[in-house]
Amino acid sequence: MGLLSKKDAKLITDPLADNNPITIQVLGICSALAITAELKASLVMGIAVLFVLGVGNVVISLMRNIIPSKIRIIVQLIVVASLVIIVDQVLKAFAYELSKTLSVFIGLIITNCIIMGRFEAFALGNGPWKSFLDGIGNALGYAVILLIVGFFRELLGSGTLFGIPVLGDPIEKTGLYATGYENNGFMLMPPMALIIVGLIIWVQRSRNKALIED
Amino acid sequence: MSNKTDSNSYTIIFAIVMVIVVGSLLAFTASSLKPNIKENERMEKQQNILYAMGVNENEEGSITFISTEKVAEAFSTKISEQIVLEVKDGKILKEMNRDEFMAANNNKEPYLIDVKKQQTRAKNGKSRFLPLFKGQQEGNTVYVAPIRGNGLWDAIWGYVALDTDMIIKGVFFDHAGETPGLGANIKQRYFMDDFYGEKLLTEAGVFKGITVAKGNNDPKNEDKDDYEVDALAGATITGDGVSAMIKKDLKLYLPYFKNLKK
Repeated sequence: MGLLSKKDAKLITDPLADNNPITIQVLGICSALAITAELKASLVMGIAVLFVLGVGNVVISLMRNIIPSKIRIIVQLIVVASLVIIVDQVLKAFAYELSKTLSVFIGLIITNCIIMGRFEAFALGNGPWKSFLDGIGNALGYAVILLIVGFFRELLGSGTLFGIPVLGDPIEKTGLYATGYENNGFMLMPPMALIIVGLIIWVQRSRNKALIED
Repeated sequence: MSNKTDSNSYTIIFAIVMVIVVGSLLAFTASSLKPNIKENERMEKQQNILYAMGVNENEEGSITFISTEKVAEAFSTKISEQIVLEVKDGKILKEMNRDEFMAANNNKEPYLIDVKKQQTRAKNGKSRFLPLFKGQQEGNTVYVAPIRGNGLWDAIWGYVALDTDMIIKGVFFDHAGETPGLGANIKQRYFMDDFYGEKLLTEAGVFKGITVAKGNNDPKNEDKDDYEVDALAGATITGDGVSAMIKKDLKLYLPYFKNLKK
């Protein structure tokens, strides 16, 4: 990465693994449970958060010296809410089809603790460029976990990936289903996302003992 | 944080300025984009009605509406009549055609009738308008009716095409905020297609409706006489909402279809 200094590059790569927002910082769990029943939704949510967190972090960072500390949480909330609403309105006017796909995510983005968490923990104390990188890094780390969880839930729960059947037809009993395999409907329930996130945390911490807290 | 930004007066002034700036920004965006959004929503309604009637550009498995360029023309040619029924307490007070309705209601097209507003009117003991769109499907006359109800998180709605015996000839469902991958799948074709051919009336002509049923023994939905459609996994409440809106809203049209038979 010639473009970025070593320190800057770390802002992007850290959240992907050792400082992952979901598995280490425990931010954004709620949406990870809610929308990972299929890969497509995970991907859309990942991209949406990438955009909002990248831009939001920059805005908050630019305002960091004028925001009164007593009402900073409300100010952060207003920034993210108006950002999301403006994007939603523009999409509705000029890319209606896309806005239909995204509409269910609007509420989830505004209330996503990952966004408020990064505003509070990083953007309020760092410059715009660093904050932008931090936002991108954390959103990518978030998206990676979402995609992993979505992959397993959709594959084992519906036998599809991105809506395309990969294991055969469960009703006609072709492919893997011919051997008596059945989709696990339980995978579609939100608790299973929590269990998968738990498994990821387990794998991650057993590979890197430094992450284990007492 | 400097002392300046900690003072009460600074905080209050900041809050006021912020609210004014953000408020006017949002108001400006919303009002300047409103005509575009309205137009998109209007075309979407036409697309949805035509979709329920079977006028679409579907390929295997996916949902493809008739394109926005063609929708206005298709809507005017495929929908031969827009009928509006004024009903109260299960009785039809008045039957209007498009021109009569528009003359009485500020030139409002019947397909733009807001079902939610009409439901509120009925709740308050007033008469309500029920729109019905008449067209042809494979040589038979079908009638498309709008329905609206509640899912798990927010409103769900749809359009149902019925033949003169109130047998379903196509549906379209949509939702405001059901869970992606679960309740949101009512908008998937594999769910909507299951409704085709299902009956709403018993042999005796009593309105029974359709239940989105769990533990259905008929996952391929070959049995069209069971008044049931196989439910979606993990979407019990949304499915119940679909059953409820079909039962409640389509029952209102029963007197009209009974009159057709006479």
